Amino acid sequence: MKKTQTAIIGAGPAGLAAAIEVAKAGGKVTLIDENGRPGGQLFKQIHKFFGSREHRAGTRGFNIGQQLLKETEDLGVEVLLDSPVYGLFPDNIISYLHQGKEQGLQAEKIIIATGATENPLAFPGITLPGVMGAGAAQTMINVNRVLPGKKILMIGSGNVGLIVSYQLMQAGAEVVALIEGAPQIGGYGVHAAKIRRAGVPIYVSHTVKKVIGSNEVEGAEIVALDNKWQMIPGTEQVLDVDTVCIAVGLTPLTELAWMMGCEFTFVPTLGGHVPKHNRDMQTTLSDVYIAGDISGVEEASTAMEEGRLAGIACSESLGLYSPEKAAELKRDVWNRMDTLRTGSFGEKRRDAKESLIKQSIGGLA
Amino acid sequence: MNKGVRYTGMPSLEELQNSPGTPSLERIEKGSVAFIECVQDIPCNPCEKACPFGAITVGNPITNLPSLDEEKCTGCGVCIAKCPGLAIFRIHKNYTDDTALVEFPYEYYPLPQKGEEVPCGDRAGEFVTMGKVSSVKNPKAYDGTSVITVEIPKEFYKDVRTICRKGMK
Repeated sequence: MKKTQTAIIGAGPAGLAAAIEVAKAGGKVTLIDENGRPGGQLFKQIHKFFGSREHRAGTRGFNIGQQLLKETEDLGVEVLLDSPVYGLFPDNIISYLHQGKEQGLQAEKIIIATGATENPLAFPGITLPGVMGAGAAQTMINVNRVLPGKKILMIGSGNVGLIVSYQLMQAGAEVVALIEGAPQIGGYGVHAAKIRRAGVPIYVSHTVKKVIGSNEVEGAEIVALDNKWQMIPGTEQVLDVDTVCIAVGLTPLTELAWMMGCEFTFVPTLGGHVPKHNRDMQTTLSDVYIAGDISGVEEASTAMEEGRLAGIACSESLGLYSPEKAAELKRDVWNRMDTLRTGSFGEKRRDAKESLIKQSIGGLA
Repeated sequence: MNKGVRYTGMPSLEELQNSPGTPSLERIEKGSVAFIECVQDIPCNPCEKACPFGAITVGNPITNLPSLDEEKCTGCGVCIAKCPGLAIFRIHKNYTDDTALVEFPYEYYPLPQKGEEVPCGDRAGEFVTMGKVSSVKNPKAYDGTSVITVEIPKEFYKDVRTICRKGMK
């Protein structure tokens, strides 16, 4: 069986950053991804990132992706593409498919950076062609350059719903409305302001009652919600749309960690069940680390920092860094990550992460 | 009534008045100046370094609202394309006796041409007035964010923040 020192599953922002850190420390890294191209969701992100200017804020996401790819190439990271991992087994054996064949890889350490998946929302008409995840619409416009429709209803006002609405307009579609079940907009006001300036109405305390159409989306009926989230009769309105995009949150993609036997905990703020982990991103299995959305749904900038952290800690456990050197590197990453988790938007995630780490430590070897 | 950016997606008059990124009425009378319409404590600070005159401060923590030193601000507008939130504008209220200039970021195609008469919209994208495009900047350093200036009747300088997108009502 093929062997490697550190295997990283998922070549998104967290996996790439982790690979770079392990390779920089002198480790041998194999990065595995199911897609034909590394980068995860980064290449769909055509907007300028927020954050600290020292860490590429103001740079468009796909350009950050290019920089990460170049670093992994320069450092000689082995990348296996078109290789979905379908199982993790005892003795750190990774099973994956490549060109229709089952393959095995054994690693000393594994970093799982599989990301998250979009949450569904149930309503009559959801199976009609033209109803899709906002992430799918974003892939169509920004990766495949195909417009999913001309008249869009966006459901959900988190940053994903706001940003994808903006990008659909940049791609030439009209966003007829954005609706949000909660009484407040979930994402950043500046993202909301951009789509408002383009004439998009935002209806808070509204949901979709049904999507209308026989063979495809021909319209959508929306309705106002009261403060107990119940539909208010008589407030229905029908919107002339041909596409409905759903952006109602993400759930960590944790199957491989479950299969491996990592201990889990349930943290709604972080998207649901997440593997317990310590400040080194190490799970309850000492050879298994996690990074990015699998450890709690956040943003690409925090995913990259968590990837770095996992990579440094993993290198330390392989003896590639002295404990002193590793401590210094990890401190820098934590300082940057704490910065990203400040303010009213980040505080909840920081508190959830801290309490998760605290309760996990008892369960760790 | 606008209850605020969290409810409507548009900063309210009160939010803007209380923001340290909004220049005083006195300063607005004196000449071109930046309006930073960033009213939430998000972790972001590229604007701070974007200003060549040190007129914008975020400091620590990074979630502080950007604060405009209106005496240092020359109204050059180089911060506009550097804000990832597209939340900075430049206003020159007394451009002529009757007209003001409003400069804003714009990331849609097609771009308008200099000299073109365009419908200008407010923070809800609603038509306010016709205006004349006086400049369209799109250098490489702006990384895809165009910066457009429109000349409009002076009384609308507080409202106009964009051009209405083509094909929109």
